[in-house]
Amino acid sequence: MARYILKRILTAIPMVFLITVLCFALMHFAPYDAIDAMTTPKMSQETINLIKAKYGYDQPVYVQYIRWLDGIMNGNFGYSIVTKQSIASDLAVRLPNTVKLVLPAYLTAYFLAVVLGLLAGANKNKRTDKIIDAISSVGIAVPSFWFAMLLIFALGYKLKILPIVGMHAVGKESSIADFLKHFIMPFLTLTVSFMPANIKYVRSSTLTQFSEDYVMVQRAFGATKSEIMFKHVCKNVLLPVVTRFGMAFRLLITGSIITETVFSWPGVGPYFIKAIQGMDYPIVMIILVLSSTMVILGNLFSDILYCLIDPRIKEMG
Amino acid sequence: MEETLKKKDKILSAADIRTTFHTHGRTVQAVRGVSLYVESGEILAVVGESGSGKSVLMKSVMGLMPDNAEVKADQLTFAGQDMLGMDQEQLRKMRGKEMAMIFQDPMTALNPLKTIGSHLMEVLKRHRGMDKEAAKKEAVAVLNQVGIPSPEKRLGQYPHEFSGGMRQRVLIAMALCCKPKLLIADEPTTALDVTIQAQILDLLKSLQEETGMSIILITHDLGVVASLSHRIAVMYGGLLMEEGTTEEIFYTPKHPYTRALLHAVPKPHSGSKERLEPIPGMAPSLIDPPSGCPFAERCKFACERCTKEIPQYRTYSTTQRALCIYSGEELDHKEGEVESHG
Ligand SMILES: Nc1ncnc2c1ncn2[C@@H]1O[C@H](COP(=O)(O)OP(=O)(O)O)[C@@H](O)[C@H]1O
Ligand code: SF4
Ligand SMILES: [Mg+2]
Repeated sequence: MARYILKRILTAIPMVFLITVLCFALMHFAPYDAIDAMTTPKMSQETINLIKAKYGYDQPVYVQYIRWLDGIMNGNFGYSIVTKQSIASDLAVRLPNTVKLVLPAYLTAYFLAVVLGLLAGANKNKRTDKIIDAISSVGIAVPSFWFAMLLIFALGYKLKILPIVGMHAVGKESSIADFLKHFIMPFLTLTVSFMPANIKYVRSSTLTQFSEDYVMVQRAFGATKSEIMFKHVCKNVLLPVVTRFGMAFRLLITGSIITETVFSWPGVGPYFIKAIQGMDYPIVMIILVLSSTMVILGNLFSDILYCLIDPRIKEMG
Repeated sequence: MEETLKKKDKILSAADIRTTFHTHGRTVQAVRGVSLYVESGEILAVVGESGSGKSVLMKSVMGLMPDNAEVKADQLTFAGQDMLGMDQEQLRKMRGKEMAMIFQDPMTALNPLKTIGSHLMEVLKRHRGMDKEAAKKEAVAVLNQVGIPSPEKRLGQYPHEFSGGMRQRVLIAMALCCKPKLLIADEPTTALDVTIQAQILDLLKSLQEETGMSIILITHDLGVVASLSHRIAVMYGGLLMEEGTTEEIFYTPKHPYTRALLHAVPKPHSGSKERLEPIPGMAPSLIDPPSGCPFAERCKFACERCTKEIPQYRTYSTTQRALCIYSGEELDHKEGEVESHG
């Protein structure tokens, strides 16, 4: 097993490397680059060359890449072209805000999805199942920004019980109650957007498990409905569900771009959108790299977890 | 007096079991009125091609049918208890305790995420009220009984660490946990290699002798049961075509289907050159079963009468009866004719 895990880790490293190359190349060959953002057509060629030299753009591409990669590894993510701020220190403020929103929403959505999915799967074709399945189908079809608008309209505009934008009211930065007030709507929006697909997943995996032979065997040996559910089916359903957690890693960075933007939540989302609009390509690049790295780390995490909790895989490697 | 004595000896007695599935607006009559009994301490073989309703019949007896199935019967008595009057909970408490069932595919019958030990101990705790320690001890004992080497070590292992034959042994061990009066084995060796098949069947036979329990052994292979069973019931198209002692079925079979099945069995002492004679045709669809004898389409003796009504049983001895419009003698006669003409 240790060998398998080691192998998995070793294959993940070149993948991350490949991603950095890819992101860099994409941005490098984009028609509009950092120099265009910093210069104006009126500038003389000398000035432009000076600026190029200052930021290292006069070097060959591979040197630029190595410098950039070296910077990332040392926590130096470069500077915004537009604001000239350090990206690392911007993200140090924004990432925690995103995590504060995404993590609770994701955990809530996951917990509810497991409960509702199991409930639906255990009551196949009965009323409970039909209601839960219908709700999750609708949930999948409804775009999250639309749901956010609905919330804003009802709770913020009509009832005026919740603030519409931001994370804090000015001057109340340390008030938890104030934070929670701002938190509720984006939290609800995210939870509702994460939940339906997960409910469907848990439900169908429950249905599959209930049709397995071992369930019939357990019935033949006098197991009660709840014994079958909690001692047998649950374990088999939760195994893939737990390992799906890894897939959520990415969400911690780019999981709520739309929601954060709608509610002006000071997280990574609006920062990313603004960077795209302003062609602030070092920011875009870093966020892409971080987010794809999280995908790979997440997969790695899933595989290792699977390996640790599934007795069938423990034997391998 | 004799009548009551005889009744007492029957561990299971069922009259006119009918099982119907309702799916997508269609009905499938999987079992169309089967009566059978099992004496205590005997091995009854239920034989028939796949799709003849053997598994459905047994699951109906066990109360294991899904919600879309409707089971009716005139009588269903197990160990003197009327099962028809029992509710779901009472039936559940009997399952795995007084009557146990093992299935065709041992590879999928165990929960892949639970150890062999917890499979066995769950049954022991449930039905025998044992605590963890006692259950563990007993689990080791039953694993020993079914011939699994180093049972203490095996207890902590998972199903995937066992071969197919070993898994079937584990399931048999699970069934033995509560010393049931009746064990239903639904094609327990179909999924296994030939050599393993023989081992499992030997095990079942010796366990039967050791414990005195009754066994219903379901198989689609008559050859398998010759040396094993006391009696044989032959099923076809959801009906019991013939039943009799093993001798009766092998030496004086009455029903054309039984005879055809016997022709399809390799004779142990004849040279391997002898060709088997497969029964031509296919088993009938149970969605719209033929109104007459279900075997009519494939029966070489079939006449117009056969397709009109389901024949009545003819009784040949206290143990043998067959469902055919012709008697055994008439068929012998016809067979002679067919052969002399052909
Ligand atoms: N759950 C079910 N729903 C509908 N039809 C079924 C179901 N289970 C079995 N049947 C039908 O019942 C018939 C008998 O099946 P079965 O008892 O499994 O045959 P076998 O003799 O091979 O064990 C088959 O025609 C099968 O299609
Ligand atoms: S009733 Fe007719 S069709 Fe059926 S087995 Fe007898 S002879 Fe053949
Ligand atoms: Mg079957």
